[in-house]
Amino acid sequence: MLLELENINKTYMNGKLEVPVLFDINLQVEKGEYLAIMGPSGSGKSTLMNIIGCLDVPTSGNYYLEGTKIAGKSDDELCRIRNKTIGFVFQNFNLMPRESALENVALPLLYAGVPRKERLERAAEALEKMGLGDRMNHNPTQLSGGQKQRVAIARAMVGNPALLLADEPTGALDSASGRQVMEIFDRLNAEGVTIIMITHEKEIAACAKKQMFIRDGRLSGGEME
Amino acid sequence: MGENIRLSVKGILSHKLRSFLTMLGIIVGIAAIIAVVSTIKGTNEQIKNNLIGDGTNTVTVTLNNNGYPMDLQYETLPGAMPALDESVRQELAAVPKVENVSFIHTREYCDSLFYRNNSLSGCRVYGIDGHYFETAGLQIMAGSGFSEKDLAEGRNIAIVDETAVNSGFAGENPVGKTLDIQGEPFTVVGVCGKKSQFEPVIETEQDYYMYMDMRSGSVYIPSASWPVAFQYDEPYTVVIKAASTDDMTTVGRKAESILNGYLTFPAGTGIQYKSNDLAEAASQIQQLSASTNTLLIGIACISLLVGGIGVMNIMLVSVTERTREIGLKKALGAKKRQIRGQFLTEAVILSGLGGVIGIVVGIVLAKVVSVVALIPVAISTPAIIIAVLFSMAIGIIFGLAPSIQASNLNPIDALRYE
Repeated sequence: MLLELENINKTYMNGKLEVPVLFDINLQVEKGEYLAIMGPSGSGKSTLMNIIGCLDVPTSGNYYLEGTKIAGKSDDELCRIRNKTIGFVFQNFNLMPRESALENVALPLLYAGVPRKERLERAAEALEKMGLGDRMNHNPTQLSGGQKQRVAIARAMVGNPALLLADEPTGALDSASGRQVMEIFDRLNAEGVTIIMITHEKEIAACAKKQMFIRDGRLSGGEME
Repeated sequence: MGENIRLSVKGILSHKLRSFLTMLGIIVGIAAIIAVVSTIKGTNEQIKNNLIGDGTNTVTVTLNNNGYPMDLQYETLPGAMPALDESVRQELAAVPKVENVSFIHTREYCDSLFYRNNSLSGCRVYGIDGHYFETAGLQIMAGSGFSEKDLAEGRNIAIVDETAVNSGFAGENPVGKTLDIQGEPFTVVGVCGKKSQFEPVIETEQDYYMYMDMRSGSVYIPSASWPVAFQYDEPYTVVIKAASTDDMTTVGRKAESILNGYLTFPAGTGIQYKSNDLAEAASQIQQLSASTNTLLIGIACISLLVGGIGVMNIMLVSVTERTREIGLKKALGAKKRQIRGQFLTEAVILSGLGGVIGIVVGIVLAKVVSVVALIPVAISTPAIIIAVLFSMAIGIIFGLAPSIQASNLNPIDALRYE
């Protein structure tokens, strides 16, 4: 078992008004799973993603990641967990615009305390795996959308995390680049990486081994509609 | 740390104009402080070395009557002067930081001093021993000095300095000529001059008189010949050469107390040896110039404060601009400490760089001032080190609030920030 959510509730305070976003979410993800979570906007899928990614904490309920209880951890402990266990891929890449692809990929290793020489070596390796060996010293502005997302994936995977969290990874890409990203995900999953992906595109969700739906803050499993 | 420096330098270089304008406040402040401090230091050193130390660091200890120099032209002693012999001279020479000691006779004025019909009334007459030239930093320029035999036997011979030559001999070679001192004939055997030349700073009336006093001519005769022209048993003036200008005051005080120990005048006469504490007078001049300059430094510090606020302002802007970057870094595992360190490093480099540029500008400014206003300038190394540290401290102080703000950003909000 990689992660387990037990009766997770999340309520935001909007002024004095309580806005419930997630209701009694129960989810178990085994190691090596490839899960797509689908839902319309406002369904609470981003909040769920943030909780799974240890960027946010639930209002109630328990979350165990690799057997560790996440509730009650300090900010810095959450940072360490994110750094070691989770790789993030965002819709809009979130690359540092003034840094080369290599420096971007090396960034998580900086926070893991890896020495610079080793950081750059491992980053170069990760980029080569993404087929970007010749683009290492390019800045993000010199790269296409698909290349940027592959840099972002290299960055997510450079620390060998157990979990890859992708938030609309193809949302900003043309369909050819999107397919390329999905091929990479398939390959990573085949190598044993657990992937959780949020999307609203059915074709993309169909690439995952398992699909779940979230609607009005409630998660339901099952078949594609 | 290395990564923080790399990122900071990159960030600063990517906004060159903005970084420069941010640094400008620091540059102006530091440059002003360096320029002012250098000027103060230069002026003080000049006062100290040229005016007070006269390049030779001599202290004169004279017999005073109730605080004023005893002058036997007008006054008489209430009793016999104790003999100040070679053993007393040795005692004084053994005082730490004393390099040489000389016993001389002299009078403030000598109104009967002629070469033919030409009066040298502005000149001062000294009855000297064999240590005087060495102690006072004088050397023979023409003719000869006094031999030990001359000094011991007290022959009627004299040495004149260059000023006296100009005022009394109208271009003639004085060697071999006869001077009339108090009606007694003295043959000039040599001309002396200072070993080192100097141009003192004249800022006040007091400086002017001090300077003019030194500029008046001098006539030297052997101490043993003094009674021929003046009188027996005239009190000695003690001239001491100190190791450095800074030692002059302490050496003077010590000599005073030793010499006063030999005085045997009845109590209550108020006649005592007193060192001419020029160093103390000078320190007052120095304090005066320093106090006006303290004001300037104060104004420069306000500029530094404004510069610091500028750094803080730009760092706050930078944090807002880079909210997404901060969010991303936190998502990737950057701890609060690391985010804080990055922004703090940037602030410190920004202000430290401003400080370094400020030092260069300040030194240039000081040199320009020294050339234009003819004020001596001494660049102070401690001031430079303090300036760099101070500007870096400004970076830390004014960079702290923005960097804490950055480190406390919530990664979700930061990532969502447009």
